[in-house]
Amino acid sequence: MMKGIKKIKKSTRSNIITYGIVVLFFIIVQFLVMTGRMSSSLRGQLVPIAAYIVMAVSLNLTVGILGELSLGHAGFMSVGAFSGVIVASTLQDQITNAPLRLAVSMLIGGILAAIVGVIVGVPALRLRGDYLAIVTLAFGEIIKNIVNVIYVGFDSNGLQMGLNSAKSIQLEDGGKMVLNGPMGAVGINRISTVTAGFVLIIITLIIVLNLMHSRSGRAIMAVRDNRIAAESVGISVTKYKLMAFVISAALAGFAGALYALNFSTVVAKKFDFNTSILVLVFVVLGGIGNIRGSIIAAAVLTVLPELLRQFNDYRMLIYAIILILIMIATNNEKIKNFINKIGFMLDLKTKNNVNKGGTAK
Amino acid sequence: MSKMVPVPSAGIIPERDLNSSPILEISHLGITFGGLVAVEDFNLVIGRTEISGLIGPNGAGKTTVFNLLTKVYQQTKGAILLDGVDTKGMTTVQVNQLGIARTFQNIRLFSSLTVEDNVKIGLHNQYKYDTLSGILRLPPYWKAEKQAKERVRELLSIFNMEHMAKYKAGSLPYGAQRRLEIVRALATNPSLLLLDEPAAGMNPSETEELMANIRKIRDAFQIAILLIEHDMSLVMGICEGIAVLNYGKIIAKGTPEEIQSNPEVIEAYLGKQKEDGSDA
Ligand SMILES: Nc1ncnc2c1ncn2[C@@H]1O[C@H](COP(=O)(O)OP(=O)(O)OP(=O)(O)O)[C@@H](O)[C@H]1O
Ligand SMILES: [Mg+2]
Repeated sequence: MMKGIKKIKKSTRSNIITYGIVVLFFIIVQFLVMTGRMSSSLRGQLVPIAAYIVMAVSLNLTVGILGELSLGHAGFMSVGAFSGVIVASTLQDQITNAPLRLAVSMLIGGILAAIVGVIVGVPALRLRGDYLAIVTLAFGEIIKNIVNVIYVGFDSNGLQMGLNSAKSIQLEDGGKMVLNGPMGAVGINRISTVTAGFVLIIITLIIVLNLMHSRSGRAIMAVRDNRIAAESVGISVTKYKLMAFVISAALAGFAGALYALNFSTVVAKKFDFNTSILVLVFVVLGGIGNIRGSIIAAAVLTVLPELLRQFNDYRMLIYAIILILIMIATNNEKIKNFINKIGFMLDLKTKNNVNKGGTAK
Repeated sequence: MSKMVPVPSAGIIPERDLNSSPILEISHLGITFGGLVAVEDFNLVIGRTEISGLIGPNGAGKTTVFNLLTKVYQQTKGAILLDGVDTKGMTTVQVNQLGIARTFQNIRLFSSLTVEDNVKIGLHNQYKYDTLSGILRLPPYWKAEKQAKERVRELLSIFNMEHMAKYKAGSLPYGAQRRLEIVRALATNPSLLLLDEPAAGMNPSETEELMANIRKIRDAFQIAILLIEHDMSLVMGICEGIAVLNYGKIIAKGTPEEIQSNPEVIEAYLGKQKEDGSDA
């Protein structure tokens, strides 16, 4: 009787639930938006939520899957954000199709973030010990300061770049400032969409979840669980640490471009240490190594301040209580098992309709 | 291939291996930690399908020899030749690919992962496909994963552990964890298997079974096995040659019978009848 049920691997089932949650929420959101049932302030939060989900999932790759602490994840978001804005402005006339221009901008933002990831990761990850935390912390601050002194403009002669003051570049009439030092990126054409955010989340999930269940992902987790044992079975520790870190940086770069192209102006300060810690909080509350938890924590904690506005004085109290509840729910073995069981029962029910099967262990 | 090496006087290499070059030749190996000479003038030759033992009191330097062989430490003196290749300056990863696999005195499993994944990680360099194929689930992924899965079953069947494939490695009983470490090491397709106190923490019947399985592994895989062990019944029962280490130096080499009657060995062990394996 148990033979009738085709057993799906536990990990596969868990992944299907994760994708299912994301798809379901996207459909609900689309429905609410189309029927005009969503407040405009909440609607404005949708793209940032998508960006923060990608940030949380990608940071979980470094913190949970690789087991290294990164305190500058927002730095990679910053690289993706400002390079994405520059690319989008430059290609405004060349690529008139906005979704395509967005995709190209995000792609280049991600690639640049990955390159910066290599530069940061190579020295930090070769050393044994918690150097990554220190190096990424410094990196986040350095990126902020670099962006603050860069001026980029754009006219018929093409892209112009200067340092320290707006006077360092001479734009002809009709030219446009793209990056204006401490004032950040200005006059951005807002091309990010909720659908683009949804697609990016799905791509991120495919990359991270498929990686985890492949040869390279297992090597990354082996390095996390026991470095010496991993080396003893022929796994290059530096290679796989770097791989996880760079993929994580690239995904943050995508998220940064998506985020920045959702606003008309973005300043470097938006991607500072506080943002890195905020994303780390999502990861920790969602459960270290728990991808689904990261998604839920990022989404809930980004909309929460907005939703709690009506409670005024009690806002922060409720926020804190919800934080604690999330932490208990996602990090408690019993509750996790319970949630898994519900998922499994739903899974079984649909199967039972097809062929009468009993309970499987 | 390497030159023929004369069989040491103790006659460790069994007869069946005499016609081929040894798998391992260690000469004048030494290492000092700060001022401490942990291993000194260590010489050992091991035949291709030989089971040999490395014994000695606590702190004698046995695990340090394993760490030198697997390049956790680089030697300060001497040479290690695996199948005629000098491993000087190589990394742990490189010597594993050359054919040395090991287990650890302090169990080092990937404890948050399943038994199956632990063995699959051991197969890392056996069934390869690139990261992109893995992420995009391209044909090389499916092919290699299928082969790896079958190989995992085969390897686990050595110890009848197939039914444990989906268990978390860290949740296994102690004895099963030790066996899993052996399976994981075997997965790397070694020509020399190093076992650091494989019977530590096992009960007598488990130890008995382990002895039979170590022999079975040697016969099936046709590999050399060097083991460190405090359980004398195991060492004397399965080792064809034994080297005794004391204060970093070999004080005796020979067959189990020769070792048991060697006065120096008896003295080194006198009053040191111990069973437990402490840290490394
Ligand atoms: N990394 C190190 N730094 C300094 N001293 C070390 C190091 N590794 C080992 N030693 C020393 O070398 C000596 C030999 O240690 P080793 O672990 O090889 O002993 P052992 O024969 O395996 O003992 P046991 O039977 O207790 O496992 C000990 O005195 C130990 O303290
Ligand atoms: Mg030892």
